Amino acid sequence: MQFESTTTLETAEPMVTPLHAAPLLRRKRTKESIITMVLFLAAFSSVLVTAGIVGTLLVESLTFFQHIRLVDFFTDTQWTPLFSDPHYGILPLVSGTLVTTCVALAVSIPMGTAIAIFLSEYASKKWRETLKPILELLSAVPTVVYGYFALLFVSPLMQKIFPEMGMFNMLSAGIVMGIMIVPYVGSLSEDAMRAVPISLREGSYAMGSTRLQTALRVVFPSALSGISAAYVLALSRAVGETMIVAVAAGMQPNLTWNPTEPASTLTAYIVQVSLGDVPHGSIGYQTIFAAGLTLFVMTFSFNLVSFWLRRRYRQAY
Amino acid sequence: MSNVPSPAPLNASALTPEGMLSGMRANIRSRKVFDGLFGVVAILALLVSILALVGLFVNLALQGSERIRPEFFLSFPSRNPFEAGILSAWVGSLVVMFVTALVGIPLGIAAGLYLEEYAPKNTVTNFIEINIMNLAGVPSIVYGLMALGLFVYKFQFGQSVLSAGLTLALLTLPIVITATREAIRTIPNAMREAAYALGATRWEVTSHHVLPYSMGGILTGTVIALSRAIGETAPLITIGALTFIAFLPTPPVSTEAPYLSFQWIWDAFTVLPIQMFNWVSRPQEEFQKNAAAAGVILMFMTLAMNGVAIWLRARYRSRVKW
Amino acid sequence: MHPSTNPLKARVQNVNFFYGTNHVVKNVSMDIEQNKITALIGPSGCGKTTLLRCFNRMHDLTPATRYEGAITLYPDNTNLIGTSVDPIEIRMRVGMVFQKPNPFPKSIFENVVYGLRVRGEKNRALLEEQAEKALRGSALWNEVKDRLGKPAYDLSGGQQQRLCIARALAVEPEILLFDEPTSALDPIATRAIEELVAEIKQRVTILIVTHNMQQAQRISDSTAFMYLGNLIEFARTEDLFHRPQNKLTADYVSGQFG
Repeated sequence: MQFESTTTLETAEPMVTPLHAAPLLRRKRTKESIITMVLFLAAFSSVLVTAGIVGTLLVESLTFFQHIRLVDFFTDTQWTPLFSDPHYGILPLVSGTLVTTCVALAVSIPMGTAIAIFLSEYASKKWRETLKPILELLSAVPTVVYGYFALLFVSPLMQKIFPEMGMFNMLSAGIVMGIMIVPYVGSLSEDAMRAVPISLREGSYAMGSTRLQTALRVVFPSALSGISAAYVLALSRAVGETMIVAVAAGMQPNLTWNPTEPASTLTAYIVQVSLGDVPHGSIGYQTIFAAGLTLFVMTFSFNLVSFWLRRRYRQAY
Repeated sequence: MSNVPSPAPLNASALTPEGMLSGMRANIRSRKVFDGLFGVVAILALLVSILALVGLFVNLALQGSERIRPEFFLSFPSRNPFEAGILSAWVGSLVVMFVTALVGIPLGIAAGLYLEEYAPKNTVTNFIEINIMNLAGVPSIVYGLMALGLFVYKFQFGQSVLSAGLTLALLTLPIVITATREAIRTIPNAMREAAYALGATRWEVTSHHVLPYSMGGILTGTVIALSRAIGETAPLITIGALTFIAFLPTPPVSTEAPYLSFQWIWDAFTVLPIQMFNWVSRPQEEFQKNAAAAGVILMFMTLAMNGVAIWLRARYRSRVKW
Repeated sequence: MHPSTNPLKARVQNVNFFYGTNHVVKNVSMDIEQNKITALIGPSGCGKTTLLRCFNRMHDLTPATRYEGAITLYPDNTNLIGTSVDPIEIRMRVGMVFQKPNPFPKSIFENVVYGLRVRGEKNRALLEEQAEKALRGSALWNEVKDRLGKPAYDLSGGQQQRLCIARALAVEPEILLFDEPTSALDPIATRAIEELVAEIKQRVTILIVTHNMQQAQRISDSTAFMYLGNLIEFARTEDLFHRPQNKLTADYVSGQFG
């Protein structure tokens, strides 16, 4: 009796006797291992993508650095690879990248943090759940649209404040980039603050704190590593953003720290070269990979820091 | 933080109850001023963000409205701004998206399934997970450089629809994988155990239960991934998308044998955001109107896709019964 | 309601409390004697913690909650649950210690002076003086005086809970609420907390929720037994446990349910 019932369950088909069950199970096992293999390959393909990225950047950059000395690359203050007197100093592109990034962060970090504190500590659940998706739409807008907005709306507006400023400038590009990044800062910081246990908030309110005091003295410090991870991620976004600066910041490499001037960034330079007719394999072609490698190293280290920070805050409490 | 003034006397026990209470109330009042002020500032920040979104759309609509006519969708780009249209651009976006979806969605879902349902806890899995997290943070233009080196030159795909579709598929891969994993994670383990207890294999549990129950979340993530891909410009410029295309890709069906043609994946292409970029970067004001009109359509498409995603999420969430 | 001969610190009159439409505390009236320990006991879900949290308006942090009735605080006759009274003011006067120790992720010192900092106090000497006083008051001073700058999370569970008591004492509240303060602690730490609670009643009126009947017997002066939101019996602790007037109380204190 007991024996019979076991066989029925095992094969899941009442008509099959144990003798027939063996091949069925064997077929199933083969099928399972094939499927497992296929799914594993799909997951592993992401490793191939990374290998492809790193490999391509390295191979093309290596040929570049066979012609250009590393010292010149890092110390020359001019970037004019396509001129008759070429200079290959990455500094002007890095300065352009850093200035636009700083402007963007100066906009997005205060705004994003204030919004995060508001959503997490002030707003009711209903408001939070309505406002967050609306805010996240900001990061869904195509960046070329933001570029248009920066060049044709924000830049004329800024020219009223800085009359000498030209149409193309890093300030307008940076401001619009900052607005684009607000949802990243806001959303991720809010997640980090939500993860702070209610018991800590209750402890603070029970001492007679206001919402702001609870937010600034207890919640914010407790969520600090998560919030800084959000900041670093925003930084990484700003460094890698392309179309806004390509449209609105101007395309001339320009070693300056003044945001009202036009300048090219690492990303904008890549776009500029790609739009032109630089022959495959030429030194001009290789420069965009050298710029790309610089960009990749920067964002990769920011992402590592952010990853490490997030891992740290998961262990807290 | 420490900007709260301290007007109220502290050592309350030394005072009369009335004095103590009025001091306490003054202290609360001054603290509440900051509390309220911050609320106002934060609401302003929220308003600025939302107004930027609305302003962006209205600004584009005002500038571009006179261009948005049927001919705009049915004309090729032209040197004459009044005749220029987005026919090749939207068709290009469509076919590129088709390739992206065809490659990126199955690959992403399969990878997500593996990591959530199959992967053993070991170094290889851990490495893949960290790798995906890192990929999500790689700037899109770097994907473009990889595609330029690998797809365009190494694999000889050329500056084609195929190269573009593959690039965007890889770019959206982390989004699809993450969405798949998050959707799968909401399924209670009891569901799986019930199926295993009846003798189901892992793939049977996955295909009969895990996948159907998490479809809502996966769909949401997929739509968001595609909405991001459709607005991507930089990586496609990098692989050499042309900005001026006055022809359409080869039709996939023909009246002659073999009736089906895949020639279109090798065709040169442009996409809507590149077309818009091209118009924005021209100095003539008339072209900027074309850019605005293209921008309205782009924004409408991405916002609509995101709206669909939000709706899908709400719909599937309200249906869940466990 | 047992007639009291001692001075009162607060009087609870016909208090009802609602979570949305859920009636959680039903028409409770009782007197809280000054510098005494009043215990609230009853099976889980009886509304004892909910009633406790009315005293410092913690429920105001949750939407859709409603109070009815009055909790009058003496000597100034402030109604603790009056809608016109600021909950922050109430919380400055009525402190609370929670079920699980919840020190902030700050140093020991910053935890103790948190309430003073929130009130805007910046005078370092005064902060240090109050911190020492509060830490001595919670019998923690000797254990932590050499490491005030160390993170509070380095302390043991029992020490953390005494730190939370010090944090509450540092602002000299009039009433101190304890919500099952020892339920997360081992017997030795529990003993220390109980001794501490018995001692600090010299300075502050105490209300304690406990699921542990022995604990109520050991430390409280009066005990209230609640069941399904109702106050079933309120008497001197001795009387409630040894001469219960109500059948339900008798069954509960003899361990027949709950």
